Amino acid sequence: MIRTAPRRLVDYAPIAWPALMLVLFFVLPFGLMLAVSFFRRVPGGFYQPDFVLANYARFLTAFFGNVLGFSLGLALLVAVIAVALAFPFTYLLSRMRRRQQVPWLVFLLAVLSLSEVIIGFSWSTLLSRTAGVTNLLVLIGLMDQPVSLSPGFGAVLTGMTYQAFPYAVLVLYPSLSRLDPTLTEAARTLGASPLRSFFTVVVPALRNAILATVIMVFVFALGSYLLPQLLGRPQQWTLSVLITDQAIYQSNMPFAAAMAVFLVLVSLALVVLSTLLGQKEGRT
Amino acid sequence: MIARFAIRLFLAAMALLLAAPLAVVAGVSINEKKSLTFPPQGFSLAWYGEIFAEAGWRNALFASLGIALASAALAVIVALPLAWFLWRRHAPWARLVQLLGFAPFVLPPVITALGFLSFWNAAGFYGAAWTVVISHGIFFVTLPLVTLTLGFEAIDGSLVEAAATMGADEPTILRTVVLPLILPYMISGFAFAFVLSLNEYIVAYMTVGFTVETLPIRIFNSLRYGYTPTMAAVAVLFVVIAAVVFGLVARFGDLPKLLGAWSPRED
Amino acid sequence: MSGLVLDGIAKSFGTVVALHELSLTIPQGKFVCLLGPSGCGKTTLLRLVAGLDLPSAGRIRLDGADITDLPAHRRDFGMVFQSLALFPHLSVGENIAYPLRIRGASKADQAAEVTRLLDLVRLPGIADRPVSRLSGGQRQRVAIARALALKPKLFLLDEPLSALDAKLREAMQIELKLLQERLGITTIVVTHDQREAMTMADLVVVMSAGRIQQAAPPVEVYCHPVNAFVADFIGTTNLLQGQVVAPGRLGLPAGEISVPGLPAGGATAISVRPENLRLHAEGGGENRVAACVTFIRDLGATVEMRLDAAGQELILVMPPADLPELRPGAGVFVELPAAACVVLSP
Repeated sequence: MIRTAPRRLVDYAPIAWPALMLVLFFVLPFGLMLAVSFFRRVPGGFYQPDFVLANYARFLTAFFGNVLGFSLGLALLVAVIAVALAFPFTYLLSRMRRRQQVPWLVFLLAVLSLSEVIIGFSWSTLLSRTAGVTNLLVLIGLMDQPVSLSPGFGAVLTGMTYQAFPYAVLVLYPSLSRLDPTLTEAARTLGASPLRSFFTVVVPALRNAILATVIMVFVFALGSYLLPQLLGRPQQWTLSVLITDQAIYQSNMPFAAAMAVFLVLVSLALVVLSTLLGQKEGRT
Repeated sequence: MIARFAIRLFLAAMALLLAAPLAVVAGVSINEKKSLTFPPQGFSLAWYGEIFAEAGWRNALFASLGIALASAALAVIVALPLAWFLWRRHAPWARLVQLLGFAPFVLPPVITALGFLSFWNAAGFYGAAWTVVISHGIFFVTLPLVTLTLGFEAIDGSLVEAAATMGADEPTILRTVVLPLILPYMISGFAFAFVLSLNEYIVAYMTVGFTVETLPIRIFNSLRYGYTPTMAAVAVLFVVIAAVVFGLVARFGDLPKLLGAWSPRED
Repeated sequence: MSGLVLDGIAKSFGTVVALHELSLTIPQGKFVCLLGPSGCGKTTLLRLVAGLDLPSAGRIRLDGADITDLPAHRRDFGMVFQSLALFPHLSVGENIAYPLRIRGASKADQAAEVTRLLDLVRLPGIADRPVSRLSGGQRQRVAIARALALKPKLFLLDEPLSALDAKLREAMQIELKLLQERLGITTIVVTHDQREAMTMADLVVVMSAGRIQQAAPPVEVYCHPVNAFVADFIGTTNLLQGQVVAPGRLGLPAGEISVPGLPAGGATAISVRPENLRLHAEGGGENRVAACVTFIRDLGATVEMRLDAAGQELILVMPPADLPELRPGAGVFVELPAAACVVLSP
C-alpha cells in the first residue's frame, strides 16, 4: 500500500483535530504550568505573573533534598523489586500456551487498572489489626495477637511494589514473548539445565529490555501519590504527594508547579534513556 | 520434576500475592456487621445494596460511569483520525503529534493533573463538571492510540488497494473496509480508557475534586472518617468491572497480540 | 488503436530506479505474462497499469485514451493480488458483490451477478460462506470472480497462483487460460515461474533489472532467446562462449563449429538447448566436439547427461530408450546442430 503525502488542505483535516485537542489540552496546560512555576505566590490568594526563581530555590533546602532523595530511592527500590519478580514471572507466562496466558493477562490488567485509592485501601485492610493478615496467623497459632503493619515504610513499599508489578510484567511481555524459543532449546541441547539456560541465555539476551523496564517502572513509581499517604507516615511522603499537597492544601501553585517541572525533567530524561536502550536492543 | 514443581509454586505464590488484598477486601465486603473484620463474621450483601441505596455512593457511581463513558469516547474520537493519518499518509512530522499522544500516559500523572488544574483555572472553568471529561479524554488518549496503531498495522495494505481497483474512493474504503476491520481495536481502546478513567483519582481530584464526587474521590474522602464495608464493596465492584471488561476484550479480540506478542498466525 | 500502450514509462522510488524507460503495446484480448526474477520490476509495472502507483515518466493509453493520471478507483480494471486481498469481514458473496455494492447496485442485481460469477469459476452455492473457511484453490477462484465482477477492460493478476501447491497451480493455470479465452479479456499476469508463463501467455515479456529483455510469443522466447539472460531464465540451456574465427565459424575450446548468423568477429556467446544436442560414439561429423561424461541422472521420462568439453560444461537431454551403455569418465562426441545454435546479443 502506497502512503501518499498530504497535498491538499483537506488531506490535513484528519490530523488537525487530534493535533488541536492535544495542543490545546496538553501542550497549553503544560506550558501554563511551566509559566506558573516562575510566578510569584500571593499569600492568601493564588499567584501573579512574574519571573522569580524562588520556587526553584526552595529545592535547595535540606527538607526537599531529603524528600527528593527519599522519592528517588523508594522508586528505585520498588522498580528493582518489581522487575526482579516480574522478569521470571513474565518469562514463564510467555512460555505458556496462549489460552493459558489470557486469564493471567486479564487478571494483571484488572490489578493494573485498579485505582491507587483501592490498592491503598485494600493493603491497609490487609495490613490492619482488625481485618489483616495477622488475624490468619493468629488463627493458625503462629501469633498471639493481631498487630497493625500499616502505616509504615514496609507497607508503602509493599503497596507500591504491588501496583508496579503488573506494569512491569506488561512492559516486559512484548520482548519476552517475542524471544526466539529456539535460543533456550539450543542451550538445552548443549547441556545447560533450564535454570542455567535462563540465566545464561534469556537474561543476557534481554539485558537492555530489563534495564529499560526498570527505568519505566521507576518513572511509574515516581508518580505514585496516594499510596505513601494511605500506607505511610508523613516522613514517607514522596515528591508527588508534596506536589499535590502544595497545590491543593497549601494553595502554593507556583511551588507545586516548580516541583512538577522538576519531576518532568527527571522523568523525561529517564524515558529518553530507556527509549535509547530499547532502540539499541532492536539493532542488535 | 522438581523444576516444574518450583515453577508452579512460584506462579501460585505470585497469584496469591496479587489476589490477597482483593480477597481480604472481598471478605470484608460481605461482613454482616458494620466493622472491618477478617475473616468475615456472618454473610451479608447489604453493603453492595448500599452502593445503590445510599444517595452519596449512588451519585458517585453514576458520576464515575458517566465520566468514564464520555471520556473514553472522546479519547477514541481523538485517537482514531490520528492513528489513521499515521497509517495512511506519509508525513514524518506527524510522529510529533503521536509523541504528544503518548506523553500524558508516560509522565507521572500528578504532572498532567497539575497542568489541567492551572489550565482550567486560567480558562475560568475550574470545577465545571465537563472539564474532567476533556481532561480524562486527553489523559487516556494514549490507550486507544496504542490499540488503534496496532490495529492499523495489522490491516493488509492490499485490501485497501483491492478496494481501490474495484472502484472505491478514499471515503468508501474507510467506510466499507477500514472501519469494519479496525472496530475491535476501537472497542478495546475504548475499554482500556473506560476502566482506567473509572479508577482515576488525581486528575479528577485536581479538576473537579470540590464539585463532583467520583467513586475513587468518594472512597478517599470517606477514608478520613474511618473504614466502612461499603468501601470494600465498591472496591470489589471495581475489580469485577475491570475483569469483566478485559475478559470481554480477550473474548472478542486477541489479547496477547494487543499487548505486544507476535500473532501466532504471523509467518 | 485498441489495446494497452505503455509509452516511455519509467519509475523510480527516490534514488532507486525500479523501471528504466520502456515501451510496450498489448493488443486487445491478448494474454500477457510479465516474467522475471524477484526485483526485476514486473510488479511495479503491473501496479503502474493498475493506477496504484504513478509513473515517474511516460504515458499509459488504453484504446487511445490517456489514463496515466486516472486514479485506480476510476480505471475499472479487475485485479487479483498476490495475497488475494479477500476482505476477511465479508462473506464470499459479499466479497464478489463489493464492486457492485459500492456502485449502488440493487440487492437482486448483486445476487444474480454473484451467482453468475461463482458458476463461472465453478464454485456454485458457496456465496454465504466466510472466506476464512475456504481452501487455497477456492480462495483463488473467489478472488478471480471478484476481479471479474465489473466486466473489466483489463484483467491484472500479481503472482496469483504463488500460494498454491505445484499440482493445483498447474490445474489453475490451464483453467485461467481457458477462462481468459472464453471471455476474450485483455489479461496481464505477473509471474516468476517460466512454466506458468509458457502455459498461459500469448505474449511473454521477460524482464530483468528494470528493463524488458524480450517480448515475444512463448515458443519464440524459448527457441530464439535474444540474450544470455533470457536463454538462461527460460528453461535449461547450454550457454557457450567462443571466438569467431572465420565467417560463420565459431571456435570453442573443444573445437570449431559452424553457426549461422554469427557477427564478423570477436567473442560471442551462443545458446543450445539440451534436447537439441546429439550423442555420437565417433567424431568427424559436422559440428562434433569431443567430451567426457561427468554425471548421468535418469529422471524417468528423460535422461540428463552432463559432460565436460575441454572445460565447458554441456548438458544433454535424451529419451531413456536412446541411452547407450556409458559410465562417468567415458569419452564421447557431442553434436551441436548448427540450426539449434542461437547467437546471443551481448
